[in-house]
Amino acid sequence: MSASLAAPAPAGAGRMTLRLVLIGAMLVLAMLPVLNRLPPDSALHVSDFIVSITGKWITYAILALAIDLAWGYAGILSLGHGAFFALGGYAIGMHLMRLIGPRGVYGHPTLPDFMVFLGYRELPWYWLGFEHFPFAILMAMAVPGLLAGVVGYLAFRSRITGVYLSIITQAMTYALMLAFFRNDMGFGGNNGFTDFKELLGMPLNTPSARSTLFYASLLLLLGSLWVCGRVTRSKLGRVLVAIRDAESRTRFLGYDVTQHKLFVFVLSAMIAGLAGALYVPQVGIINPGEFSPGNSIEAVIWVAVGGRGTLVGALLGAFSVNALKTWLTTVAPDLWLFALGGLFVAVTLFLPRGLIGLFQKERR
Amino acid sequence: MEKLIAGLLLLLVLALPARAQDAFTTALPGLAGGFSEAAAAVEQLGASADPRALPVLRAMAEGRLQKTPEGALRVPQGDGFVDPATGQPADAAGAETVRLNNRVRQALRGALGQLQIISPDAGERLAAAEGVFRSRSAANVPLLEAALAKETVPRIREQMELALAASQLVGTEAEGKRSAIARLGSAGTTEARALLIEARIANPDMATAIDVSLAAIEQTLAIRRAAETLFQGLSLGSVLLLAALGLAVTFGVMGVINMAHGEFVMLGAYATFMVQEACRGIPWLAPWSLPLAVPAAFLLAAAAGAILERGLIRHLYGRPLETLLMTFGVGMILQQAVRSIFGAQNREVTSPAWMQGTMMLPGGIAVTQNRMWIIVFGIAVLLLVIAAIRYTRFGLEMRAVVQNRRIAATMGIRTGRVDALTFAFGSGIAGMAGVALSQIDNVSPNLGTGYIIDSFMVVVFGGVGSLAGTLVGALTLGVVNKVLEPYAGAVLAKVFVLVAIMLFIQRRPRGLFALKGRAAES
Repeated sequence: MSASLAAPAPAGAGRMTLRLVLIGAMLVLAMLPVLNRLPPDSALHVSDFIVSITGKWITYAILALAIDLAWGYAGILSLGHGAFFALGGYAIGMHLMRLIGPRGVYGHPTLPDFMVFLGYRELPWYWLGFEHFPFAILMAMAVPGLLAGVVGYLAFRSRITGVYLSIITQAMTYALMLAFFRNDMGFGGNNGFTDFKELLGMPLNTPSARSTLFYASLLLLLGSLWVCGRVTRSKLGRVLVAIRDAESRTRFLGYDVTQHKLFVFVLSAMIAGLAGALYVPQVGIINPGEFSPGNSIEAVIWVAVGGRGTLVGALLGAFSVNALKTWLTTVAPDLWLFALGGLFVAVTLFLPRGLIGLFQKERR
Repeated sequence: MEKLIAGLLLLLVLALPARAQDAFTTALPGLAGGFSEAAAAVEQLGASADPRALPVLRAMAEGRLQKTPEGALRVPQGDGFVDPATGQPADAAGAETVRLNNRVRQALRGALGQLQIISPDAGERLAAAEGVFRSRSAANVPLLEAALAKETVPRIREQMELALAASQLVGTEAEGKRSAIARLGSAGTTEARALLIEARIANPDMATAIDVSLAAIEQTLAIRRAAETLFQGLSLGSVLLLAALGLAVTFGVMGVINMAHGEFVMLGAYATFMVQEACRGIPWLAPWSLPLAVPAAFLLAAAAGAILERGLIRHLYGRPLETLLMTFGVGMILQQAVRSIFGAQNREVTSPAWMQGTMMLPGGIAVTQNRMWIIVFGIAVLLLVIAAIRYTRFGLEMRAVVQNRRIAATMGIRTGRVDALTFAFGSGIAGMAGVALSQIDNVSPNLGTGYIIDSFMVVVFGGVGSLAGTLVGALTLGVVNKVLEPYAGAVLAKVFVLVAIMLFIQRRPRGLFALKGRAAES
């Protein structure tokens, strides 16, 4: 797996342009909720649909960033990042369920509806603490981080790399999906969590809640971009690239490959978990389908399309593929899977550096 | 005086035929009476051992026996009716069906058993013995003893002995009960257990003997359950084996990771469906559509594989992660293409008659025929693959290319062609797996997705590049899954197996991930 995919950092002027484009894009994004408040007949008015779907895409972009950090920089192709995303979503989902309180269909003061329905007497121990928002956010990072830590430690320690790691992580998300489908797990089984009422005292599904969540996602995106940028530009980041391109050589040079990979994998999982935690309140539902291996691999293709090994590429990929998906699934639903499959083939064969690579070539 | 003797003689002469007729003819009219009268008549007819009673009672049990308003019985025969008392055709105007209740039905079962047990037909005798076993009445003991004395077929003897034991158990004779308890203890069936548990309450004085027999039955049942679990595990294992064998060639031997493998399995299942539809119009061919589907599925999937390898995969050799993503995309396209052509709903593939039903193995282990055939098929395909790799020119070239591509090329082997053929071979095996899966799973566009992760687990668990490892891996995973299922449920068993494999890899990373072939070089 030493195939050289080292995407050279865009040099000098190119880098500046890229940065300007990025800042411009962020500003446009930041304007969206403001434009949404304009009267509907205004030329610049942006519909609710655009705001809510862009908010969703921002969380996808954060997930793509997390995948890119592990895959593009450390060569860890995880086909299970959707699981970290979903776990983060479940953590915030548990908090949202607790906030429903007695307003559920059964009106039980503490138990969520599905637990009353399944005949629970009291909250399972692992639901304790989730009534506090900070705890839920902590769990949205800690649980994916812990899972990534355990899986990563076991895998990296025995030097499971490349496709084997991909298959193991895919099996991981598949196993979690099967487990979460079970009713007696205490996570709502098949139906998951939905019918959320409010978050941090603000009722969901109002324009103000939408724009708050939107800005929170945007902030998290900028924060993750900053963290990932810091990591990849540090010495640690250089070692990661070395591991990606020649793992054995890096090991023989005296670097602790296992620890480096473990660090980046856990960090990436935590970012993905936070993205999931912002995704769920925006879409209003979380169910075991989020764990399906197809979701994870779809997220990987965002990164591949955008261009792995460049953080901006991940964002570009996430937005462009999802825009294509939204457009195609409304215009010609049957074509979407052909297009997605075609993207997998075309990108790997013809665009190994993704859209960003296209950009760079033109520049040279 | 002479007059008196003559009179007595006359009476005797008159009475003899009358007595001979009595059992049948006297009981017969009772059938047309009320429920309890009818039940009593049925029992008398059963005890009569008269062959004429059999068709009457059978007609009655099947709800075909008619009674005229005058109370005479009529048995339908051909287009008309006969009077059972005389055996002559008779008129059945205004007749209505003789009605039954549970009491009468139970009596009928016993009586039919009594009559059939002396039938010249072996199948009928066996069925009768089973019927008597269920109806169990102490009155049947002499009948069964008589039948046993004449019986020579071992299978029927065994069933008669059990029926005798069941009848003795509800009798009054202590000696008979004791031998019955011992006999039932060796039967090892749930029915025998139920009888003994019932008898234990009725006969507290024999509790110890009954407990011994019950323990023996429990043991037999436990062994049988274990054997059935093992069979189910082997059956699941052979399904996994079929799904994984193709991967063992493409991934294990060639080192090419093909995420569209599951879709090749799906193509094989659809090929089976198409062959079945094509054979539907030709009556003599229709039962053999499944064997015909095997080469068809192989060729279809192999062609798809060859196109995939030549067209796409070969450009990505040495880049496994890209191959993984690309083949995943191909899988999506194949799925969506099949969905567009055949529709999203399941397609029906019927099992041929010779594959349907349940088979009894010695020891009373029930196995379904199609599962049995899948095991056979799995082993056959495994042998075929081993033979192809070991003993054919193609296998030799394939091994040469895997071991050292350049030297193989200098020896005149067209390595590109071998690559394509190897990949086509592995894909074709996946297609054959699809034929087997069409028998036990829904033929739908996402048939393959359910098996792909399991297949990779099998290959990885058994050892990449080792066919024997694939066999052991598949059977182990199948059996472990089925053993865990009763305790943990199907889903949790699967989760547990996945976790166990991940932990197992910790212990044997080298042994299981010992890479051979191209990927080892990169």
